[in-house]
Amino acid sequence: MKILVAVKRVIDYNVQIRVKEDGSGVVTDNVKMSTNPPDDNAVEEAVKIKEAGKATEIVAITVGEEKAQETVRKALAVGADRGIHVKVDGTIEPLAVSKILQKVVEKEKPDLVFMGKQAIDDDCNQTGQMLAALLNWPQATFASKIEVKEKSLEVTREVDEGLETIEVNVPAIVTCDLRLNEPRYASLPNIMKAKKKPIEQINASDLGVDTNPRIDQIKVEEPPKRKAGIKVASVEELVQKLKNEAKVI
Amino acid sequence: MSALLIAEHNNKSVKPFTYNAITAASQIDEDLHVLVVGFNADEVANSISQVPHVKKVIQIDNEIYENYIAENFTSAVIKQAENYSHIVCSANTFGKNLMPRIAALLDTSQVSDIIKVISSDTFLRPIYAGNAFATVKSNDPKKCVTIRPTSFDPAPTTGGSAEIIKADAADKTELTQFVKREEIKSDRPELGTARVVVSGGRGMQSGENFKLIQQVADKLNAAIGASRAAVDAGYITNDHQVGQTGKVVVPDLYIAVGISGAIQHLAGMKESKVIVAINKDGEAPIFSVADYGLEADLFEALPQFLSELNKLNTIQK
Repeated sequence: MKILVAVKRVIDYNVQIRVKEDGSGVVTDNVKMSTNPPDDNAVEEAVKIKEAGKATEIVAITVGEEKAQETVRKALAVGADRGIHVKVDGTIEPLAVSKILQKVVEKEKPDLVFMGKQAIDDDCNQTGQMLAALLNWPQATFASKIEVKEKSLEVTREVDEGLETIEVNVPAIVTCDLRLNEPRYASLPNIMKAKKKPIEQINASDLGVDTNPRIDQIKVEEPPKRKAGIKVASVEELVQKLKNEAKVI
Repeated sequence: MSALLIAEHNNKSVKPFTYNAITAASQIDEDLHVLVVGFNADEVANSISQVPHVKKVIQIDNEIYENYIAENFTSAVIKQAENYSHIVCSANTFGKNLMPRIAALLDTSQVSDIIKVISSDTFLRPIYAGNAFATVKSNDPKKCVTIRPTSFDPAPTTGGSAEIIKADAADKTELTQFVKREEIKSDRPELGTARVVVSGGRGMQSGENFKLIQQVADKLNAAIGASRAAVDAGYITNDHQVGQTGKVVVPDLYIAVGISGAIQHLAGMKESKVIVAINKDGEAPIFSVADYGLEADLFEALPQFLSELNKLNTIQK
């Protein structure tokens, strides 16, 4: 089996987000960037499946500006075999990303496509499902366990009510939850080796996909601030405040 | 044109968040129709027809819809989509799984997780785990929108009498099979809609210690929440997780116990009306959003809290 894993470069999950004063977006200059966390889980799962002898090749792909390549390089360092970087500048919406991925899937013909369930920047949670629709493939979203069978996957999904298990025929799209696995760190020798692995660069425009945004971002603002709270000295005081001041118990 | 809301239900009853989504959808377009895709779900269609905001209920009843499979639901919705300017559903795991599949087939760029309707094409939505709010305008002729249910009040459930129209099923997918669902049954209020939520984090140190949380929750008729760290550590099941990738809750009272307050957790609870933090680390970020912070060892504070609650003559339920 061949697995395509999609990764996205986002502001690191530990960074305190700052909104630009002109309301045009959030500050990204001189801010630490990383791979979108659940995309790391997607890469890890693909590598584990290959280590178990059930996959033959892992191709890591990203769609984005020049520096987005770093995320592919990181995937190569933890076990992906080669990379693809689809270059596009500026804002790109999940619909356009999924159309780009569709083109690449048609060329690469993977059996599985893995990616994180949601990107922590735009919080859209769309790309995997959209790609599945465009390809008319089954989708297994929010996966916390994947069992590879001969021509199918049994996937446990995290849903609001608890857990759900479905079986999807291969080829399939899986979007990964953070609880799917524990992503490994790349070792120094593997980081060095990854530098020699090939990354193919493609311009989004060459794929014939219209990447113009369909949604105007009119403004970005800070959410309303909570008024500062107080520290209470004891449990008695806390209960008294909740009862008589906040009137919530 | 009209808006079409996709109802979430279990074939017997309507999931509560559907009523919140109805409120939001009716703000987008007053001519609101609700689609009930299910099997033997007449009671669901009847309940929804009684919501005053709803002008029409479209019911598609077929055994292929007994279990929710996104592929099957998508083709059922697509068959109806032609007559609508907006397709709407809740941004919970039901809608998050379903709507992008619909949007892609309609060639629409979806607007996810809105918290406010500004006009029929302009919406407010949180980005970066709620650390910024974006006002966005959709230019697609047909709009696909998911709604953060806790940002809208539930619609009234009686007083209406919408007509119920039956429609035909679409084709069944052969690519996906439902295997099983493990739902955790509980007598407590649902986490998403509870008036009070008591949550535990890594500071609880074990699943056994969540008993302390349970006792307080019992007393306050509260739902139990958890940080991702507590779920990852196996102290409690995933359906309790509050945060950016878990559930978003907006209770009257949120009590965070042994939770440090990572950005990702705050994303799921910082809109709560009153927030209490109990943590022994006085520098924990959770205190920055807490109305009342108690710097204390939770293993001493929780039993004391329970005994103080027991002293009260009355407790709001």
